Amino acid sequence: MKEALLCLKNVSKAFDGKTVLDSLDLDILDGEFITLLGPSGCGKTTLLRLMAGFELPDTGSVTLSGHDITHAAPEHRPLNTVFQNYALFPHMSVYDNVGYGLKMEKRPKDEIRQRVSDVLAMVQLQDFARRKPHQLSGGQQQRVAIARAVVKRPQLLLLDEPLSALDYKLRRTMQVELKRLQRELGITFVFVTHDQEEALSMSDRVVVLKDGEIQQLGTPREIYERPANLFTARFVGETNLFPGYLAAVNDRAITLDILGLRRTLQKPAFTVREGEQVNVLLRPEDIRVLAPEDDHGLAGKVVERNYKGSTLDSVIHLEDGTEVLASEFFDEDDPTFDYRLGEPVRVSWVDGWEWLLPVEPEPVNEEAEGLAADA
Amino acid sequence: MSRWLPKIYLTLVYVLLYLPILVLVVFSFNGSRTGYRWGGLSLEWYESLFNNHAMVQAMWNSLWLALAAATVSTIIGALTALALHRYRFRGKRMLRGMLFVVMMSPEIVLAISLLALFLLVGLQLGFVSLLLAHVTFCLPFVVITVMARLSGFDESLPEAARDLGANDFTMTRTVLIPVIMPALLAGWLLGFTLSLDDVVVSTFVSGPSYEILPLRIYSMVRVGLKPEVNALGTLLLLFSLTMLMLSQWILTRSK
Repeated sequence: MKEALLCLKNVSKAFDGKTVLDSLDLDILDGEFITLLGPSGCGKTTLLRLMAGFELPDTGSVTLSGHDITHAAPEHRPLNTVFQNYALFPHMSVYDNVGYGLKMEKRPKDEIRQRVSDVLAMVQLQDFARRKPHQLSGGQQQRVAIARAVVKRPQLLLLDEPLSALDYKLRRTMQVELKRLQRELGITFVFVTHDQEEALSMSDRVVVLKDGEIQQLGTPREIYERPANLFTARFVGETNLFPGYLAAVNDRAITLDILGLRRTLQKPAFTVREGEQVNVLLRPEDIRVLAPEDDHGLAGKVVERNYKGSTLDSVIHLEDGTEVLASEFFDEDDPTFDYRLGEPVRVSWVDGWEWLLPVEPEPVNEEAEGLAADA
Repeated sequence: MSRWLPKIYLTLVYVLLYLPILVLVVFSFNGSRTGYRWGGLSLEWYESLFNNHAMVQAMWNSLWLALAAATVSTIIGALTALALHRYRFRGKRMLRGMLFVVMMSPEIVLAISLLALFLLVGLQLGFVSLLLAHVTFCLPFVVITVMARLSGFDESLPEAARDLGANDFTMTRTVLIPVIMPALLAGWLLGFTLSLDDVVVSTFVSGPSYEILPLRIYSMVRVGLKPEVNALGTLLLLFSLTMLMLSQWILTRSK
């Protein structure tokens, strides 16, 4: 069992009376790669800045390996940050940038030289030590920023959307490189991103944030396959959401009426009563598109098709107007399969892959709520 | 015809702008004693300029004053710019506005008010009163130059320095000042030039104990134009051009 390295307890933060973080608790485990994921304005960067010491919380405490660091200045925290725009010192060479932190520790010159060249070799920039930051490409600057932060061997590395300025291809490369670095160094990484794909592929655990509150904390698989609520389900990946009516509830199983199809499923963790409604979640890749003469599933027609290289994504309108997203892999037997727009099909899904969520009162916007109350 | 018109027009504009300066430079090398007749090439006026003890003294006085005024106003101005950039405080907008008031108000008004102030507090007119006056009118220019640089300053640089273990003072010394250095130098040079050629304010707040160059020239010219003044003007022109090119070079090199 891993131990908690950094603990945030009951942490709140408001700027100009606007709450950014709302009494939040979070334990970061030693050696893990944890990602703070959420849309812009969800408080993920503020949370990171609280850990780094650039902001102080209004309430609550931050402890690092048992020491209270809630009010410690940034320079007294044994953790380092990789900034979104890299924040390399423009007037210093790559060598001086990377050596800055060690110089602040007043390390002997020989040790600094050794450690800086080691870490530059690790990020494959040993030949660039004399360059100035503006003479480097974006990806190289990124690697200098990482080298500068890890050369002090921090217990915790904070990364604030470090890959957002890079192009797609380079981002993929850096994702792999960051994972490799984290394994080699054994440092705990706290990674901030708004890119759910990046979060899922890199992390040991993901924290989904919205409006300063944790929506879900779990492994990428848990977040994707068993989202805790509608927000997480919609924010992480594409989702089909169908209403399901509870036709029967037993001790272990329930019978659901989903768009007119009857399915018997395992009873979910939340309480359900006969006659009530639940949300049925199906990922596009759970959907099976069948031939129109098939006797399973629901009739509909293809209204959109999108060739994605490895998958064929389609939108299907069912007869009752429900929209279904489907994502199918190309299969060896039929590499040329495709749909015509308007082509009639039937839609089904893999039995047992449904994920159920309780119906939430949805604050879409206040006006709509007001209208609903009037009706 | 219409092809030539713009060129002729442009030539006229430039002749009008630069002819007087050219005449001044040419006549500084004129060997004739009687003003505006050409009497062959000579360095006579440069020689007599450097033999004019009062003139050389006034030149040194001016240089020292400009040096002091530029340095003091750069230090105060840079700190003011930092405060305006970094912190939010009551009266910030007013403080910023006041800078422009000093910059835009007629020099004569500034001169009279400074003189009134110095007389009121009983300050003897001389080096100190000149320095205070020059710092006053140089300050807004320095503040604005430094603030322009700071507005493009990456706020995460100080944070990165703190994150790597630098305290506030070390961060300022090793990151903040080096990054804004070009603006500090540019502000200093601007202050230096402004101080060096100021006449209006200096006329009011200088005393007999400390004579400066622009006032010395002004009093010389009043009793008739001596060719020595041409030589002095040429030297000053050379100096200003050098300073101008230096400041441009510093500013372009830094970005």
